[in-house]
Amino acid sequence: MIGLTHYLILSAILFCISIAGIFLNRKNLIVLLMCIELMLLAVNINFIAFAYFKGLIAGQVFVFFIMTVAAAEAAIGLAIIVILFRNRNTINVADIDSLKG
Amino acid sequence: MLSLLAQATSTVTIPSPLYHLAIPEMAMLSMICIILLIDLFVSDRTRFITYLLTQATLVGLIIFTVMNMAGVEKVTTFNNSFVRDAMGDILKISIYFIGILIFVYSKDYLKARNLYKGEYFTLSLIGILGMMIMVSSYSFLSLYLGLEVLALSMYALVAFNRESAKCTEAAIKYFVLGAIASGMLLYGISMIFGVTGELEFNKVFTYVQASGGSLTLSFGLVFIVIGIGFKLGAVPFHMWVPDVYEGAPTSVTMYLGSIPKIAAFAMIMRILSDGMQPLFANWQELLIILAILSMAIGNIFAIAQTNLKRMLAYSTIAHVGFILVGILTAQPQGYSAAMFYTMVYAFTAVAAFGMILVLSRSGFEAENLEDFKGLNERNPWFAFIVLIIMFSLAGVPPTVGFFAKLLVLQAAVEFHFTWLAIVAVFFAIIGVFYYIRIVKLMYFDRVEDDKAAKIEVGGDTKLVISLNGLAILALGFYPFVIIELCRSAFKLT
Repeated sequence: MIGLTHYLILSAILFCISIAGIFLNRKNLIVLLMCIELMLLAVNINFIAFAYFKGLIAGQVFVFFIMTVAAAEAAIGLAIIVILFRNRNTINVADIDSLKG
Repeated sequence: MLSLLAQATSTVTIPSPLYHLAIPEMAMLSMICIILLIDLFVSDRTRFITYLLTQATLVGLIIFTVMNMAGVEKVTTFNNSFVRDAMGDILKISIYFIGILIFVYSKDYLKARNLYKGEYFTLSLIGILGMMIMVSSYSFLSLYLGLEVLALSMYALVAFNRESAKCTEAAIKYFVLGAIASGMLLYGISMIFGVTGELEFNKVFTYVQASGGSLTLSFGLVFIVIGIGFKLGAVPFHMWVPDVYEGAPTSVTMYLGSIPKIAAFAMIMRILSDGMQPLFANWQELLIILAILSMAIGNIFAIAQTNLKRMLAYSTIAHVGFILVGILTAQPQGYSAAMFYTMVYAFTAVAAFGMILVLSRSGFEAENLEDFKGLNERNPWFAFIVLIIMFSLAGVPPTVGFFAKLLVLQAAVEFHFTWLAIVAVFFAIIGVFYYIRIVKLMYFDRVEDDKAAKIEVGGDTKLVISLNGLAILALGFYPFVIIELCRSAFKLT
């Protein structure tokens, strides 16, 4: 029987994968965007699991808002990546290092 | 069938929200739409219409809020997700006021760089709307939405200069780390929601008070504090701050470095005090670590910087540490001290960045420390204003920065954090070094070349920045009105 704990563990695993992806990824900024989406989806699983097993409708409502914001965030992220590519001709994470000190 | 429907509607009564509490937010949103539309019909020559409308909006909001100040008791509406109280109103007034200063200072800078576009005003106003929602939020949902409205407009603003590789790099760094912060915060919220089954802060408070802490609650709390740390730029979550401050256009840096700190303070107060006060022993320990690390890393790394914007970024980190010292006492007195500190910091930081804008010209950014060499010979008056600003940031009396630090330390000592107060003073003294270095450069060094010539900004900017600097000094002689306001917000008088 799959219970609340299983869902929470699944979401924790997804969350860890996304964090690891963000910090280990040295190649492509698009992969970074995917990791950010994965992170928000992990949170969504958490909310839905709590909402379903505890009968709390507010959790489901919250997920709608997170999905909307995630879409807006992806749009802005992609727009920034486009202008970055225009200026630099690369979206390689390792090449984005002109600001430091 | 019809009668059944009528019966159903008569039994379910949804209380009508108290719209009048949210008039500032609604007015702001309408004005943003109006300004966005009007700007379509405005040419570059008549852009001052957009500028004047923006300023008129903020002035109108200040007048409205001052005339309808909320009482100390919290009034909530929109299903308990929106709150109006004295703390929120005071913070909002300071946000509007500093917003006005930001637009005045950035006008000439943007014109000289061909960035004087309508989007700058609309995006900045949307950011202010997000901060207003954050300040007035009373549930995790409205808080998250306010935070995202602020963050999304900030990402776009940092990337505002599309041709500059530095700007876009700063924007992508800010975007990625901001998104991680939101993710962490949301994960923590989902845990707390799972345990308490509530999203509204007062209900979370009641639940936590009745049942005490649990492992899952502390787990969620850690993630929430990490999210807050990212947003505030507290060490060890500060990596984005110097890069973004340096890369963004200076007018955006000024925006980023001042008012979002006020909103972040409100966010901490809403979550940790209104929602999780009974668990204060748990979050206190986390904040102590953040505060000490921020003060240490911020002050020590700032010494090594040659770029003024980067130096001010590290100085921000150090100031955030000080704000956290006030908050972690978990007492109304500490909260009010931290609130005063945040407002004073935002007011001083906006003047510091404003000074960079005033000294910059088309094709020249006065963002390196060398650019301040011999400023006293070129322009004694502005050298004096920079002197006041730097003394206030360092906490030297008789500027207002001294009283801000004094109140926080007093609160820390009073609630048995004397050791922390000593640590804070120790690092503040290290911090004095790099502020005074600028004063030394201005007064005792000679200009080597002639590149730093006259000041090009308009008379209104000169007047406002002079008044801003003098106000920092004057408030140092008479800070009691604002201190009393901050104390009354926490029922201390």
